Amino acid sequence: MALLEIKGLHVEIDGKEILKGLDLTVNAGEVHAIMGPNGSGKSTLAYVLAGKADYAVTSGEVLFNGKNLFDMAPDERAAAGMFLAFQYPLEIPGVATMTFLRTALNAQRKKRGEAELSTPEFIKKVRDTAGKLSIEQEMLRRAVNVGFSGGEKKRNEILQMALLEPRLAVLDETDSGLDIDALKIVADGVNRLRSPGRSFVVITHYQRLLAYIVPDIVHVLSHGRIVKTGGKELALELEARGYAEYQEEVLA
Amino acid sequence: MNAEVATIKTAAETALAHEFATARGRLPGDDAIAAQRKAAFDLFAKEGLPNRRIEEWKYTDLRALMRDAKPLAVPPDAAAKARAKSAGAMLGDVETRRLVFIDGSFVAELSDVANLESGLTISSLAAALAADDATVEAHLGKLAPAGDVAVALNTALMGDGAVIRIAAGSTTERPLHLLFVASAKPAASFIRSLVVVEEGARAMLIESHEGPAGSDYQVNAALELFVGDRAHVDHVKIIGEGEDALHVSTLAAAIGAHARFNSFTFTAGGDVVRNQLFLKFDGEGTLAGIRGATLLKGRQHADTTLVANHVARDCQSREVFKSVLDGEAHGVFQGRIIVRPQAQKTDAKMMTQALLLSDRAEADNKPELEIFADDVQCGHGATAGALDDELKFYLMARGIPAAEAEALLIQAFLGEAIEGIEHAGLREALMEAVAAWLKARAP
Repeated sequence: MALLEIKGLHVEIDGKEILKGLDLTVNAGEVHAIMGPNGSGKSTLAYVLAGKADYAVTSGEVLFNGKNLFDMAPDERAAAGMFLAFQYPLEIPGVATMTFLRTALNAQRKKRGEAELSTPEFIKKVRDTAGKLSIEQEMLRRAVNVGFSGGEKKRNEILQMALLEPRLAVLDETDSGLDIDALKIVADGVNRLRSPGRSFVVITHYQRLLAYIVPDIVHVLSHGRIVKTGGKELALELEARGYAEYQEEVLA
Repeated sequence: MNAEVATIKTAAETALAHEFATARGRLPGDDAIAAQRKAAFDLFAKEGLPNRRIEEWKYTDLRALMRDAKPLAVPPDAAAKARAKSAGAMLGDVETRRLVFIDGSFVAELSDVANLESGLTISSLAAALAADDATVEAHLGKLAPAGDVAVALNTALMGDGAVIRIAAGSTTERPLHLLFVASAKPAASFIRSLVVVEEGARAMLIESHEGPAGSDYQVNAALELFVGDRAHVDHVKIIGEGEDALHVSTLAAAIGAHARFNSFTFTAGGDVVRNQLFLKFDGEGTLAGIRGATLLKGRQHADTTLVANHVARDCQSREVFKSVLDGEAHGVFQGRIIVRPQAQKTDAKMMTQALLLSDRAEADNKPELEIFADDVQCGHGATAGALDDELKFYLMARGIPAAEAEALLIQAFLGEAIEGIEHAGLREALMEAVAAWLKARAP
């Protein structure tokens, strides 16, 4: 059974249609890349999957692990295994990173009927994971993302993903604003989590990230629809030739 | 027209006049005190209860809000004393030296006045007035603003309170906790306290007010606080009155040179609350942090009115007040910073923020700067708004349910003010109180 099944999805924001009949199927263990020009609807897709309120789904359906995704609140989706790595992670002054991580992890475990982690278990888990992502202990003592550099914020997203162990991780332009070293750290973090049961949707504008996170399937998103699907070589083609032909196709 | 309106007495004004007329003969104090009471009452008789025509009371029209005046409280009975034993739970396990007052009367047998450390003197106001105490004679009425009618009523009708002196250079081992409990009786208490912290002394003072729900009792409490040169004083006031109570309280403080002074007010209880702070920076080089957190719901009304009067040079004051308003609650903040001509190099910054959890809640904010010196740094900022939906979504996208996400954000919002409290145990106790408030709010 497909982990994620999107059928004929139409989405509007402020009365403007952004997704115009999007279809996508992601099976367990697959890594999909979604590439496309600015304004094609990439981030809208990411936010709709996570459950952001500003988007109106006008038609179509999304099944997540066989269940109607739109019946679930954002926190319920997270507990069911949906994770969005934000393009612009938010700063939350006054909320300590450790409190945030622990509250999130235990809220999910509680909802799934699992035991909450004890403090020592939790601290060990965070330290081990943070170490692999080159996240300093000092960063964990600060408020969530406050005073973090762009690269630190992205690494913090990957840390959250590693701790929460989702079934589907949607990475929304996680490569934007990263230098090559930070990009490698982030890609390593993702690659370590690849497993037969876990899927990824990697949204990106550039091929660069895909050299490190090698996708199984690449899609081109343009004007709110998937207009082409291929193997990993499609990403290289796009890098060489740009998106112009896909934009024209739709316009024609 | 105005004069005509003012001559019509409300039921509360008439009742207060009656209380004063019948009680004045038995209220404690010598002839000089009796004269002070009379002068204060005359001001009230002339002005009436503060109302919206008075600029300082614009948002808290006590004349309209006070439908009646309760009879003066009488000393507590055995049942009230037994119930008061469980009071003060909000402080958690913070070790304090407790002074317990029920309906404004000092209760020695519930208080911890044995084995006072050297330099510490404690008495009740009633006892001190009866004994013509020198501290009282030298200090009472010297700081409380005589023109404020709420203070005038307190002076006219003051029954009891605490009189505390901390001698030069000495330190209190435990925080002093003035624990004011109301019994179930719908009575009025007029509490007046005096705290003198002498040069170089160190003290922490907690005032807490609590009482039962379902009783529309009234409290008017005033504290005159003298902070000597190089003294270090932390003051925390917790207004946790019962949900039908009327609470008016005043802190009037004079702060000496090179002192450190912190004051924090936590307001969560009461039907109508007016909390006044009149601070005078009398000596140079003092650092002060004046903060507050207010949590209101239902139809609660709470007003914080602050006047920070910088008289001496080189003082730094930081004012941070945060309020969280739910339901149809009404939060008011009025903050005035005055910098006198000689108070050069004053550095005063005031920030007030209101978080509105409901469309029907209201926040009023009136910052005022009156600067008469030319080399100062002064500023103020004020915000009012709803919870940030983007932040809430970020938390929910990580699996945190909506109510818990809101609670985290509200705690973070108030935490910024509560963090300013130096005493770790008290900080935690107040964060716990916030958590309890949030839990009660959750559907």
